[in-house]
Amino acid sequence: MSIRIAVHDPRGYPPVVIGKRLAPRLDSLDGKLVGLVDCLFDNSDVFMEQLRLWLAEHLPGVRTKVFKPKASWTDDPEMRAAIAAETDAAILGVGL
Amino acid sequence: MELELAGIPTMPVHTQPFARLAQSVARANGMPRARQAYVPQPLVGRSPSELRAYVDGADPISKRPFMQEVIEGLTKPLSPEDLEGLSFERSTPRLLEPDTRENLHELFRQNRWTDMLPIVLPTEERVAAMLKGTSIPADRIVGKMRPTAFREFWQFDVEKIAVNAVMAGAKPEYFPVILAMMASGITARSSSTTSFATISVVNGPIRDQIGMNAGIGALGPYNHANSTIGRAFSLACQNLQGGSTPNETFMGTLGNFLGYTACFAENEERSPWAPFHVDEGFKASDSTVSVFFGGWYTQSGYGPRDSWKEKFIRCLTATEFYQQPLIVMDPIVARGFVDRGFTKQSLIHWCADNAKLPARDYWDDQWSQTLTLPHAVAGIEPYASRLKAKPDELVSIFMPEDIKIVVTGGETQGAFKMFGGRYAGRGPGTFNRENPTVLIDAWR
Repeated sequence: MSIRIAVHDPRGYPPVVIGKRLAPRLDSLDGKLVGLVDCLFDNSDVFMEQLRLWLAEHLPGVRTKVFKPKASWTDDPEMRAAIAAETDAAILGVGL
Repeated sequence: MELELAGIPTMPVHTQPFARLAQSVARANGMPRARQAYVPQPLVGRSPSELRAYVDGADPISKRPFMQEVIEGLTKPLSPEDLEGLSFERSTPRLLEPDTRENLHELFRQNRWTDMLPIVLPTEERVAAMLKGTSIPADRIVGKMRPTAFREFWQFDVEKIAVNAVMAGAKPEYFPVILAMMASGITARSSSTTSFATISVVNGPIRDQIGMNAGIGALGPYNHANSTIGRAFSLACQNLQGGSTPNETFMGTLGNFLGYTACFAENEERSPWAPFHVDEGFKASDSTVSVFFGGWYTQSGYGPRDSWKEKFIRCLTATEFYQQPLIVMDPIVARGFVDRGFTKQSLIHWCADNAKLPARDYWDDQWSQTLTLPHAVAGIEPYASRLKAKPDELVSIFMPEDIKIVVTGGETQGAFKMFGGRYAGRGPGTFNRENPTVLIDAWR
């Protein structure tokens, strides 16, 4: 019979995860301002423009405004504050 | 997710291969039911009409119309589960359940705690012996690390690093070097699609004290300290940052051989120039390790021959220039440049002055578009001037401070290499300038 031995767990210490609520959803997008956030990945501006055009064609009651962070891969609190202050909803692309 | 917390319903859009990663990040942020939409990969290189087809088409994950996913994500009422979020603690025990050696080896492989090469099992005795390699208490928190900027940080202490050092086959006398590397906070296991690795350079007296190789085959598998220190760093990064699992915490499309191990010593004794760590402000008597992030490209050559300028320009301009070059040269090459009247610094300046591309080529680059363009548009130099340049106008691709030179090798050939080696520290961004050289003596 083989000997059983104890060994260390090689993993680090993960952070405690605190649950967070999603924001309440809108009844409709009609008449609302939707922020289109261009995350600055290569060609994401072109994609977001196509998404904006789709909304303009199919949901003309939806207003849109494009936002861009100061740099890619970095949080931009000023941009987030502007989106929170000005818009009713946001579409972010293309994120990962 | 910050926008959701601010009360703004949000729909992030990702490309299909990132679905598992996006869901994993949402869960780790306590919002496992965050709504997401997906489009096919790739986005890069696709025309407006092709991207319009993505918008008009189906979400490749849900198979429903993409825009229906987006609109419903913003308007479909929340369920009770959506409102709860998810709080949880993930514990990592100090010791695993006892088992046979064979089963434990299999457990480590199955859990992706290895680099898929055989490891040394981290028994209590072996870890205790490794801890004797430092005077720092085992429970001292050394730092925190994550595979990429949008994931959560995991913490680690001295003992956890010792566990991984044992697994890599390192000796206790190497342990201060490994601790210093981990204290840099730079991960050798980035999750980037670009398959980054790290290259670490050791300077100072500890090189000889632990028997590192800076001679023949310094970059190769010919020295126990070089090999196992680099491997320990790689294993520690993947295990202490919360993993490096393909399709979840690792997205590098090709992977990188340097991910197994990449650590060497500078041949200070045979170099005609000051050691690298002295260039960076340390004393020659200090022992340091410098962690270069990248390892994505390699250019190679010999010399310096009469045509060395043309060769260097070809190499420098052939780099993926978002990754600054770490030039590693044999002492023969370094002395050759001295014979031609160069100091290390004047050679670096020559490289920066002569590494130029037409602006058209500089900007027709995925990383220039993603990382550099926002700074250029904001008027930040030197990027703004590069953006103003006419398409055929030559623009510099490096600043002198971007380029680093290290001398190593056994003088059997006048060989050099240029590696992608960003010497800037943790995190993304063009302007990040943390100091990635760590004093090993502080970890003895």
